[in-house]
Amino acid sequence: MRSSRRQMLLATVLGWGAALLLFFPIFWMVLTSFKSEIAAIATPPQFLFAPTLESYAEVQERADYLHFALNSVLISVGGTLLALAFAIPAAYAMAFHPTARTRSTLLWMLSTKMLPPVGVLVPIYLLFRSLGILDTRSGLVVIYALMNLPIVVWMLFTFFKEVPGEILEAGRMDGARTGSEFWHLLLPLSVPGIASTALLSLILCWNEAFWSLNLTTSEAAPLTTFIASFSSPQGLFFAKLSAASTIAVAPILVFGWLSQRQLVRGLTFGAVK
Amino acid sequence: MATLQLRNLRKSYLAHEVIKGVDLEVADREFVVFVGPSGCGKSTLLRMIAGLEEITSGDLLIDGQRVNEVGPADRGLAMVFQSYALYPHMTVRDNMGFALRMAGVPKPERARKVAEAARILQLEPYLDRRPKELSGGQRQRVAIGRAIVRNPRIFLFDEPLSNLDAALRGQMRIELARLHEDLQATMIYVTHDQVEAMTLADKIVVLQAGRVEQVGSPLELYHHPANLFVAGFIGSPRMNLLEARVLGADGAGVMLEAAGARLTVPAGGASRPGAAVTLGIRPEALRPDPAGAFAGEVRLVERLGGLTLLHVTLVGGEAVVVQIEGSDPTPAHAPVRLGVEGAACHVFDAEGQALPALGRHPLAA
Repeated sequence: MRSSRRQMLLATVLGWGAALLLFFPIFWMVLTSFKSEIAAIATPPQFLFAPTLESYAEVQERADYLHFALNSVLISVGGTLLALAFAIPAAYAMAFHPTARTRSTLLWMLSTKMLPPVGVLVPIYLLFRSLGILDTRSGLVVIYALMNLPIVVWMLFTFFKEVPGEILEAGRMDGARTGSEFWHLLLPLSVPGIASTALLSLILCWNEAFWSLNLTTSEAAPLTTFIASFSSPQGLFFAKLSAASTIAVAPILVFGWLSQRQLVRGLTFGAVK
Repeated sequence: MATLQLRNLRKSYLAHEVIKGVDLEVADREFVVFVGPSGCGKSTLLRMIAGLEEITSGDLLIDGQRVNEVGPADRGLAMVFQSYALYPHMTVRDNMGFALRMAGVPKPERARKVAEAARILQLEPYLDRRPKELSGGQRQRVAIGRAIVRNPRIFLFDEPLSNLDAALRGQMRIELARLHEDLQATMIYVTHDQVEAMTLADKIVVLQAGRVEQVGSPLELYHHPANLFVAGFIGSPRMNLLEARVLGADGAGVMLEAAGARLTVPAGGASRPGAAVTLGIRPEALRPDPAGAFAGEVRLVERLGGLTLLHVTLVGGEAVVVQIEGSDPTPAHAPVRLGVEGAACHVFDAEGQALPALGRHPLAA
């Protein structure tokens, strides 16, 4: 009884410790965004200060937040939909009509995620330039979809694996061909899995910075580029940078919080029921 | 009209052959049961008929037409799965109507057919529920309903009752027999439960390790098993098997010596004196008899009320089971002599094949 209580206390302390450690930078960022530039760089750091919205005003004056936010939404949603469009049939084939090489194909797909993206930056950049899709939303949609495709296929594969094969076989006996089987049985049965996968893909797209910084300048630039533009030539302005970051991460933070149940299920790859 | 023919049907997974050449004829309206121990290939064979497993070689004919390459959706068969495999996101109504919807049947006709099936299966109060809101027996009925609304050429059942408790299983067994009577349909049924096999089947197919051991009516298999495997598999308690030696043979049958007793079994076939054979005696063919040929001691008595089972160890150490109608007074640990009619015995040669009986059981002609 005593030891289980101590364990409980330890777990609570560790849990809160980890949570605070992870949350602190975000908290500090939000706090800084309400400071003046002077207060933002003060040493020792100030916890008590006169809050001001001047950084937000300045950020909005210098850049059109809505333009970047709209790009983020369109590119994230577009990239996710494109990835799903390829991944759903792929995962279906691998889950329900596996061959001797299915497992290694899946592993190979995942292994492409281990390649550092910067390794292919130059070829991709040149490709984009030749195709004339530098700084276009469609270009980013394609690259985001490709970037997330392995993980999306993997997640859908594990979710599809949970659907009892006999239900699909019953459908086949009932006269359903591949299309109907897919549309009337598999998709409705795996809506939760597809939703979790889409959610994770959306978040990964929203937070992606490497490709957006390198392949866009203004037209198609999403919020990550917007943030980066505040760490620029004139030097670092921490309050403004924090204000820009806060409004850039706020939507996805709220979105993630609202959908955390789905997300946790997605992140555990369907391992817990 | 729906007949089925299997001609030298084979199935291999890579180099491993699981169905080793099955030949079978299923007549119109026949109720055929595949039985065998787990892993004997009975479910695989059913799935090959359904089209859910590819056929490696041989021919599968439905109504005389080869359908090896026809997909499951186009074979016109219906299947009831062991797990029921109901569509969890659909109501009972939609589950039962799904096949008709796939076939493009207009809505009013669909509703009429579903209502008809629901009436037959007493599912009317549950039509708007989802599978998870139903009991096991109700789910089972929905699975059967889903099959009957389509009016299929052949019904396939894959161990449909094995997930139900004993009482419900007995009840559903009777309902299935009634359904076969009412629908006058051809049915193929897989089970490892020999009570289901004996009671439902017009014809039983006993499978072992991918091969057909024997095909016949339930009583034919019971009274005239073709080999040791069928003899041991059909019947509960199992047939008693004793090592025996041939003494001679004449027109009346084979004379044997087993467990210190001599008897004549009316069976033919070439058996030379001295040959080692196996004597098979059903538990109900043995009875306590002061003048009986076998001597032994009762080790255990199981009194079931309507039946009494005596577990007897014979003088040579062989254990046999005796099944007696009613409540027998024989106490445990008592010496006992057992008598048997030669005509109720079976003789199997060294390869385990039955020697042909000289007479046929009247119900197994």
